[in-house]
Amino acid sequence: MTGTWVDIAFGVFAVAAAWFGWRVFVTDSMVRATFSLLASFLNVGAILVLLLAEYLGVAMFFMMGVEMTVMAIYMVAFMMNPAGLNPMQMVHQPRVAVVVGVLSTAGFGAVALAADLDTVAIVDPDGTIRALGHELMGSSMLVMQVVGVTLVATMVGAVVLSAASGRFGPADVGSVPPAIVPGDDTTRPGVDVGGDGGGHDHDHGHGGGAHGHDDGGDA
Amino acid sequence: MTVVTVLLVAAVLLGIGTWGVLSQQSFVMIMMGFELAINGVMLAAGALWRFTSGGEPRGQVLVVVAMLVMAVEAAIGFALVVAVSRARRADTTEGIAELRR
Repeated sequence: MTGTWVDIAFGVFAVAAAWFGWRVFVTDSMVRATFSLLASFLNVGAILVLLLAEYLGVAMFFMMGVEMTVMAIYMVAFMMNPAGLNPMQMVHQPRVAVVVGVLSTAGFGAVALAADLDTVAIVDPDGTIRALGHELMGSSMLVMQVVGVTLVATMVGAVVLSAASGRFGPADVGSVPPAIVPGDDTTRPGVDVGGDGGGHDHDHGHGGGAHGHDDGGDA
Repeated sequence: MTVVTVLLVAAVLLGIGTWGVLSQQSFVMIMMGFELAINGVMLAAGALWRFTSGGEPRGQVLVVVAMLVMAVEAAIGFALVVAVSRARRADTTEGIAELRR
């Protein structure tokens, strides 16, 4: 591609990356937010390809495609309102956040504008992938090994953190408040009793003081 | 497409990510904000590699490391959200404010 077309493509990808990034935090649907983030990543990957970092751009496509799909499934499994059927505003300190966001953009933008960066042409534009391969498998091998070990540790850590059953019994023993009535899990603080719709009203509907505690029926 | 324009786009992505991290309540949305910010960091590193390094491949290795940070953040973040969701029935930052009371 010649210079003008690269500039046009860069403009389109840049606007799309920023616009989809903004959409992530304003859409009601969490699944739509996930795929907006994916679109933002894909546009940044395309810009990386334009920057002659083809390996990184394509790696970005693959990695983010998988990661955001997982995230979308996760949204449906865990989060409220995954399809955005209800209007939703789940934010705190919105004004501070906007101010900090604008300030950080302005700050980094000012650095970019003020920095006196000399443009150095790439010596061998057609050999960047080969050069990166030799670098990763050669003198940067230590970096690659650290990356690999870190990813293994991450896998182990993720399984340990998210497993329901620990090595010596249920993983959440000791991390939850004990039941008010020993042995009766429905009296545990913070546990929603299914179906009563009352949320934290645990004295509701288990047997008129049979457990010996005040169920509010004395009057 | 110059180094300055690409860095400006990266700054915008970083700013949007920062805004998202600070304003969202849901854990997963906060993680999305972090990912968007790292996205901007990777773009900035790629731009500096392209325009100022003369094609030195170690610049791209830096971007690979940023990508590693993103993968670790996503995997450990998801695992933590599962653990918190299981132990506290919470999926927002306001749901785990016990120590403040």
